[in-house]
Amino acid sequence: MEFLAEVRKYLEVNGETVVESLLQHIWLALVPVAIAFVLSLPLGWLVVRVGWLRHPLLTASSILYTIPSLALLLLLPGLIGTSILDPINVVIALALYSLALLVRTTSDGLAAVEPQAVQAAVAMGYTPLRRWYAVELPLSLPVVLAGLRVATVANISMVTVAALIGIGGLGQLFTRGFQLGFYTPPIVIGLVLSVMLALVADLAIVLAQRALTPWARVEASR
Amino acid sequence: MTGDSFSFLLDGANWVPGQSDGFPQRILEHLVFTSIAVAIAFVIAFPVGVLIGHTGRAAFLAINAGNAGRALPTLGVLMLVVALAGTGLVPATVALVILAIPPILTSTYAGVHGVAPDTVDASRGVGMTELQVATRVEVPEALPIIFGGIRNATLQVVSTATIAAYVGLGGLGRYLFDGLALRDYPRVVAGAILVALLAVALDLLIAWLQRVLVSPGVDGRAERAPRRSSRLVDLQPNER
Repeated sequence: MEFLAEVRKYLEVNGETVVESLLQHIWLALVPVAIAFVLSLPLGWLVVRVGWLRHPLLTASSILYTIPSLALLLLLPGLIGTSILDPINVVIALALYSLALLVRTTSDGLAAVEPQAVQAAVAMGYTPLRRWYAVELPLSLPVVLAGLRVATVANISMVTVAALIGIGGLGQLFTRGFQLGFYTPPIVIGLVLSVMLALVADLAIVLAQRALTPWARVEASR
Repeated sequence: MTGDSFSFLLDGANWVPGQSDGFPQRILEHLVFTSIAVAIAFVIAFPVGVLIGHTGRAAFLAINAGNAGRALPTLGVLMLVVALAGTGLVPATVALVILAIPPILTSTYAGVHGVAPDTVDASRGVGMTELQVATRVEVPEALPIIFGGIRNATLQVVSTATIAAYVGLGGLGRYLFDGLALRDYPRVVAGAILVALLAVALDLLIAWLQRVLVSPGVDGRAERAPRRSSRLVDLQPNER
């Protein structure tokens, strides 16, 4: 109880900073996922369609995904010539991680579309582009969106690392707690907000998926 | 990135074994933290995962552990544990273990749970005890998925052990934070490149272990191998 009182007191004094960190966190976490999602759709299609691209692209993705986030955050400025404190490094690093994950799930999703559905579309005279957005993409959505959920949740927790090099977001509450001599209220507030944000984002994608794939519910209730 | 950025990494003086701030020592520290944490997490999570997967009880625990583990910010967990238990090797290891448990638990559960019911029934039918079914049938069948979990846990731990240097732990993260504090970018580059290489090397090592330990009949290698007879015609009506 005493701890809750301390948390309340911290929020009373630093409420504005906490809200600001939360908003920065949302921005820094979601912009990269959005960029990666848009890029992953054509890339995933390429991986499925162009046979020889599959292996190098997926290998590069998995190697990239292996690199620890702090290392990538600090190497990027040297590679692209930005300042270490520039938030663009965080956006690019997280977009790369998300892309590495989403290219795989998007190509898996497209590869799992029933060939009969595609053949039916061909027989009905759909152009390749229309076939892609009207048949293959919707049918691959369950797998594609499952990947998007993982990438979004992972990003929201990974953004906190950026605080270690002085960039905003909820991670700043952790470093704040550290600077105050391991004062727990800001650390706990940051943890709770970050996990809650991840849950809300996850739920939003689940709801979007329900709305976009009505046939899945019909099949499940049968 | 100029050639100057690599000056620290390529300086032979930093590669002399035995000195406390040299690369060999820091790499060794990083490997020790990582292997201790993953080993402890495995000892805790693997039996629980097998038990839940085999009995089907408390499955929500294993499923949600994976989701919760992904949502937990590693830096926050590290800070909280250190704030509650103090700095030093033991609290940092506790934090690393907490982060390594969810991927191993969830993958072990998913792997064991996903074994075909017919296979499990057949094992019971030939007179295996429940323990034998779990250890001789379900775990070997689930190994590829379990290895996936171990790989994820290892990556998570290598990455977080780097961050742990912020609260005073050794390992390769030292170069990153010392380099930032000293405004010595070549030092940062050296640490970042070494930790990235270490992560990739560990991942390859586990992938190799997986190849050695997983039966060719389980991961499909036996099927892909050319056979002398049978299958004169490959029936693949769904091929696009």
